[in-house]
Amino acid sequence: MSTTTDAPVSNYTPAAESLGAVLAAGEQPKPPSAWSASVTFGWRAMLKIKHVPEQLFDVTAFPIMMVLMFTYLFGGALAGSVTEYLQFLLPGILVTSVIMITMYTGMGVNIDIEKGVFDRFRTLPVWRPAALVGALFGDVFRYVMASATILIIGLILGFRPSGGVVGVLLGIALLVAFSFAFSWIWTMFGLFLRSEKSVMGVSMMVMFPLTFLSNVFVEPDTMPGWLRTFVEINPITHVVAAVRSLMAGTPDAGEITWVLVSGLVLIAIFGSLTMRLYNRK
Amino acid sequence: MSELAIETSGLVKVFGKTRAVDGVDLSVPAGTVYGVLGPNGAGKTTAVRMLATLSRPDGGEARVFGKDVVREADAVRSMVSLTGQYASVDEDLTGNENLVLLGRLLGHRKPAARERSAQLLAAFGLTDAADRQVKNYSGGMRRRIDIAASIIKTPDVLFLDEPTTGLDPRSRNQVWDIIRIIVAQGTTVLLTTQYLDEADQLASRIAVIDRGKVIAEGTPGQLKASVGAGAIHVRLRNAAQRETALSVLTTVLGTGVQLDADPVALTAQLSGEDSDREAAEQASRALSELARAGITVDNFSLGQPTLDEVFLALTDHPATSDSSDSSDSKEVAA
Repeated sequence: MSTTTDAPVSNYTPAAESLGAVLAAGEQPKPPSAWSASVTFGWRAMLKIKHVPEQLFDVTAFPIMMVLMFTYLFGGALAGSVTEYLQFLLPGILVTSVIMITMYTGMGVNIDIEKGVFDRFRTLPVWRPAALVGALFGDVFRYVMASATILIIGLILGFRPSGGVVGVLLGIALLVAFSFAFSWIWTMFGLFLRSEKSVMGVSMMVMFPLTFLSNVFVEPDTMPGWLRTFVEINPITHVVAAVRSLMAGTPDAGEITWVLVSGLVLIAIFGSLTMRLYNRK
Repeated sequence: MSELAIETSGLVKVFGKTRAVDGVDLSVPAGTVYGVLGPNGAGKTTAVRMLATLSRPDGGEARVFGKDVVREADAVRSMVSLTGQYASVDEDLTGNENLVLLGRLLGHRKPAARERSAQLLAAFGLTDAADRQVKNYSGGMRRRIDIAASIIKTPDVLFLDEPTTGLDPRSRNQVWDIIRIIVAQGTTVLLTTQYLDEADQLASRIAVIDRGKVIAEGTPGQLKASVGAGAIHVRLRNAAQRETALSVLTTVLGTGVQLDADPVALTAQLSGEDSDREAAEQASRALSELARAGITVDNFSLGQPTLDEVFLALTDHPATSDSSDSSDSKEVAA
């Protein structure tokens, strides 16, 4: 696999005929549409998953670990029984896990810049955001994988959502849509920070308070006032509330609207900041 | 005057306190290889990145076939290709996947992109490696896939940023041959390099850059003439004859004869005004004088002036490659 032998091709001599013919045959196609360029970049993300399947570890093993850990750690103490707690926890842990893996988006962008691949993309005459939108398409696949993993393990452990198949699918769809919007924060950091490690550091610093100081694990009623205020303005709380309501079969229009609107706001702000940085680099 | 492929005036790029490119004027005639020669950190990469629309100039102007690199960036992007100092293809993907991906992004439909990829892989001797991940390629193969990726759509201007740095001699020769074929097909090539002999081999004109400024410009012949034509290195059979040899060479060639660390070797600077021929004549005269003085020469070689010698001649400091190395690597990371 990892042999780097040059042996079979070291006798290569560039031939004027073949190389010249290739150059002369260079018909000039029209640049692709914005959509087609984005989908092509999405295809690149899928190829990377094919060649480096280990990168799916974080969307399979990590969520399984999260579900098992928190279900059994808090289940008995907080809700009296594991199964009962799971009905409350699962939508929340789903949101937490998927939001947490959005940070890999920023790291991926940063690695591409470091390796010089982005320089090549940026000299192409294509719709400017395509490379990033395409990378996010690949990430959407990862979010769906993570959601499916969590759902399956939840169902095995006794999660019985009253919203049925439709409610669960709508919940996942809303979460994936929000995560797509949320990821633009990380593409911005990925372009902005110097190294992959600093992207990771910043992500962790934002993610931990955001996911833990929320309504994922416990209802905010017992928290001190100042903390409750934070929890109530925390976007994750709203996403969790909306996803919970959909999976429970009692859609909360207010929360769902909140999530969709804040998603659009995130794209508007961080999408444009990202593109500014991307063009300025 | 023929058409200009690239034209810059007063080009400036500032990183913090460093003026990485400090008022560069270049005129690159269409259809030629133009060499930009300088040590690490001289500002070569920064200048190329501005010309390829990857970074915005802080001052001055640059045009590619008359199109401004800032205001008409899209028009410039449709004409240029860049092969960077570092791999600019995706290492996780195979060679074929990289070329198909880029072909698609240039607007080819899938079948056309596949066909183009196959042709390029064949022309670059990479057919056997088509389905291997690029990270498993050797240095020479990687550079070839990089260049192949740059000519999926035949560019009007190809930027090659240090295309042979770190390559073994065989791979370097292959890259040189490829560049010659590409330019023969009408593409203008702007080549940056740290090696004078590379610029000499390929370029019809050379600009020498140091600390962000062009310090000399001209044909390779003019440039070398400003430094002297090089040196002759002589190895004697008998160390005892070295003093005699020194005086013979000094008589024939004038000053600039040195004793090497090796007790049987000497180096003499040649002062050929503008041609290699003159240098060769001087060298042969020196050798025959040595023979007449009864000194046995075991071995001799003619040395081109090195980049260091060019720098010493043009500036008052040597081309230390690590003095401002950090600024070059920063540009790449930024």
